Amino acid sequence: MDYALFVMQVLNGLQLGLLLFLVASGLTLVFGILDFVNLAHASLYMVGALVCASLTLVLGNFVWALLLAIPVTALVGWTVERLVARRLYGRDHLDQVLATFGLILVLTTLAHLIWGPQGISVPLPSWLKGQLAFSDTLIFPIYRLVIIGAGLLAALGLYVLVTHTRLGMLIRAGASNRQMVSALGVNIERLFAIVFSLGAVLAGLAGMLVAPITEASIGMGNGIIITAFVVIIVGGIGSMKGAFIAAMLIGLIDTLGRAFLDGVFKLFMSSDAAENSAPAVSAMLIYIIMALVLAFRPKGLFPPKVR
Amino acid sequence: MKRTLLALAAAAVAGSLHAAPVKIGFVTTLTTGGAVIGKDMQNAANLAMEHLGGKAGNTQLELIFADDGFKPEVGKQATDRLVKQDNVDFVAGYIWSHVLLASRKSVLDAGKFLITANAGPSPMAGKLCHPDTFSTAGQNDQTPMALGEVLNKKGVKSLYIMAPNYAAGKDMVAGVERTFKGKVLGKDLTKWGADAQMDFSAELAKARDSGAEALFVFYPGAAGGAFAKQYNQAGLNKTLPLYSVFTVDALSLPKLQAGNLEGVLGSRTTQLWDPTLDNAANKKFVADYKAKFGAYPSYYGAQSYDAIMLIASAVKATGGDMANKDAVRAALKAANYDSVRGKYTYGNNHFPIQNFYLREVVKDQGGVWSTKVVDTVYNNHQDPFAAQCAMK
Amino acid sequence: MSATNYPKLTLLVMVLLAVLPPLFYFTGQPFYLDLATRLTILAIAAVSLNLILGYSGLVSFGHAAYIGLGAYAVGIPGYHAIYGGLESWGLASTSGWLHFPLAMLIGAIFALITGIVCLRTKGVYFIMITMAFAQMVYYAIVSIKTYGGDDGLTIDVRSEFPGVSLDDPLQLFGVSYVVLVAVMLLVRMMVNSRFGMVLRGAKGNNERMVMMGYNTYRYQLTAYVISGAIAALSGALLGNFTTFISPEMMDWTRSGELMFMVILGGVATTVGPVLGAVAFILIEEVLSTFTIYWQLPFGLLLMGVVLYSQGGLANILGQWRARRALRDASQGGAAQEHKL
Repeated sequence: MDYALFVMQVLNGLQLGLLLFLVASGLTLVFGILDFVNLAHASLYMVGALVCASLTLVLGNFVWALLLAIPVTALVGWTVERLVARRLYGRDHLDQVLATFGLILVLTTLAHLIWGPQGISVPLPSWLKGQLAFSDTLIFPIYRLVIIGAGLLAALGLYVLVTHTRLGMLIRAGASNRQMVSALGVNIERLFAIVFSLGAVLAGLAGMLVAPITEASIGMGNGIIITAFVVIIVGGIGSMKGAFIAAMLIGLIDTLGRAFLDGVFKLFMSSDAAENSAPAVSAMLIYIIMALVLAFRPKGLFPPKVR
Repeated sequence: MKRTLLALAAAAVAGSLHAAPVKIGFVTTLTTGGAVIGKDMQNAANLAMEHLGGKAGNTQLELIFADDGFKPEVGKQATDRLVKQDNVDFVAGYIWSHVLLASRKSVLDAGKFLITANAGPSPMAGKLCHPDTFSTAGQNDQTPMALGEVLNKKGVKSLYIMAPNYAAGKDMVAGVERTFKGKVLGKDLTKWGADAQMDFSAELAKARDSGAEALFVFYPGAAGGAFAKQYNQAGLNKTLPLYSVFTVDALSLPKLQAGNLEGVLGSRTTQLWDPTLDNAANKKFVADYKAKFGAYPSYYGAQSYDAIMLIASAVKATGGDMANKDAVRAALKAANYDSVRGKYTYGNNHFPIQNFYLREVVKDQGGVWSTKVVDTVYNNHQDPFAAQCAMK
Repeated sequence: MSATNYPKLTLLVMVLLAVLPPLFYFTGQPFYLDLATRLTILAIAAVSLNLILGYSGLVSFGHAAYIGLGAYAVGIPGYHAIYGGLESWGLASTSGWLHFPLAMLIGAIFALITGIVCLRTKGVYFIMITMAFAQMVYYAIVSIKTYGGDDGLTIDVRSEFPGVSLDDPLQLFGVSYVVLVAVMLLVRMMVNSRFGMVLRGAKGNNERMVMMGYNTYRYQLTAYVISGAIAALSGALLGNFTTFISPEMMDWTRSGELMFMVILGGVATTVGPVLGAVAFILIEEVLSTFTIYWQLPFGLLLMGVVLYSQGGLANILGQWRARRALRDASQGGAAQEHKL
């Protein structure tokens, strides 16, 4: 097998995994601490991307736009928490699923009205547009390396936040026993608002990072939301460690599957059959993994120890 | 004498009653991400109505739009409403093959005429052809077939293919494989649907690694912009020339220009129409479209403009007498109007026998990114499914 | 103790549903008959979902997969009947007597296989894994080009039954209506039986039921299989109605819409799913004639229903009379006291 190609595909898988982690971490935080199933999480991903894209076109600089878009996304997240999420805490998960399903429709149509259906292509500054050549066959786009870097930094930041700060301590406590934290006099309402906004920022950041590769558009959340749920289910709801490992696992398997599955199939199937079945199987791969994990570990790989 | 006068008066009244307006229903995508295309078609159809002054001969024309929401079931319901509630005489439009296939029975069972202004799935040109359906677009396979010929002419010996994994994607691949004489070194069918795969890093790496001389892609809509960007970012514009169908067009170019993706300049694509085609109808269409909407029309728009013009020509030729369906059908088949792609005729399956052009992405005189014709690939080409159609 | 039942409301709704659509048809508004047919068919699916979601507390987010499977059970034999193939298996046929039972069989088998895995999980895990299985079916079908894949499959000939022509919109509606009534009666019978009581007990407190010696897993699996079969039947009808089948019928957003109908109408009631389907389809239809951005008010409405309604339409309407009587009685009583 071609060494350079394999390394490139692994890097691609890592990049996808880190983006998934950003989205999934926000989702698992909100689900784990607030016990809130937010189907509209991907809408925040979309909003972050669109806001950043608009700012890039206005300011002419992607990096400044990114930094500015983060607090804007936090504000949007805070608004959603106040208006919608807050009324649904403690309600049945089914109610939360349905309400956030309606929220998706609302946010998507609002985005359509504000930004239009055509999507925004986000221009990158010239120092991010090129490629890095490790060798004459191992060539990788610089921007994707930047995403990997940013994702790792965010993961590190989250780790430090959760394990070494007071807020992180409250978050971990809230994940284990919400009532006790509240009984101990912590302003649980404010904690929840902060956590929800943090989740929104993480999702929005993922959207902002991916937009220059694909584009910022109203449909962009559709793909990632289901995968994000698969990640947190596989990882264990409420567990950051689980989200990280599951995201990397799924990102790698999905990418390597797309890259090499048809080659593998061709070893024992006709070329035609391989070409027809490989895309279908690689699309189903993450669901097959989830089903397998749940069959042996119904609560995911690393469920947090609860209550 | 009085009797004759009365009879004449009655005939005159009946004659003026003939001027009941002819209604055209237009089904396209006005919501979801696909609305970019729908808007273009809507603009072009409205422009056609404007150029016609809302009339075909002495008959008033009425245009009613409906949204298919990118879903076959919604499209079918919209079609049903147009046919049963609004009582339209013609139903035109349809971007997507699956929406068209879902809706066609509603139109045909009600005895109305169906004019597709984009979707060209092979069954419609073959086994499911019908006297009351006409196309002002082309059949899906023709455009990639033309591209295959282009590759042959250029002496390309090896190809890498990427397309989305759905029926139209597979049709495009089949089309280019029909005519391309070289070797296909690799093929990737990427995930499509509501959560379509938009990140092609894995496949692009494979394409580069394969050592192919050229890359053939089909990525309509938003995926086209995403693909072009990643192609650029991977530096492939320097090493692997890009040939595409239905990917780089007037809808994606403004975005790509705003994002300064210069790698797409010089890439080549085939189509049945181009804004630079030199005929009076096209010049007027493109100029007025640009003046009114601030951008170049796409081929979706061109095909929609033609659909309205085709209908108007038939209505004019028959004096608006929709009761005489045979006359209307004959008038439609004659295609006696100034199409923006130039003159064409209809084959037995009511799909156009037309030219296909090789287009290159260039900067126009104003610095706006657009396309221009560099070669005519096919002259009066008929789709390969006409033989399967039972009509003569 | 029988399930929540509003016999007068149920009767009223079903009578209106039987009478109004044909009326529309005969007064020159055939579009509304079509709307009613679609609504009736979706109500059948909603009734099946209510069995497991409403009465058993199993939130299946992949129910649309059964509708799709049922539709393909009509489309694929029909396709082969015209274009050849599969004759040796006896599957190339346009006979409704093959299509409908085949649809139910496939629905039941898929429910059995996936149910065995899904029912080992609980809560949101159950929700997600049912959705995942539906997605898998979706991708599997998209990749089969013979049946059109993403382009879908047109049905050229509707299911044929002797003496009944489904090509006649009135008869198609009639058949759908009869199936709806039959399914409602079946579910009601099941729910009021001992089988149903175990299910409802398990919804409330699974441990207690297990402690009492019931193998709740088996009961739930049985309900899950029956629900799948009924949903597939509605799919077969839907395929006949739209004459077009595509994998999109199985999309998770459609499952969400079904869930909405059940919740909106009122879970665990006999007439709830029907009310939910009626309300959902009518609102969607009315809103979309006003603006292409109808999803905005629609989404707000859905959110409003979840946030502010208690128990859904069936409970609101069904208890309206009772509440009114109560209010009158208390007012009358107060007047009496005054006199004294």
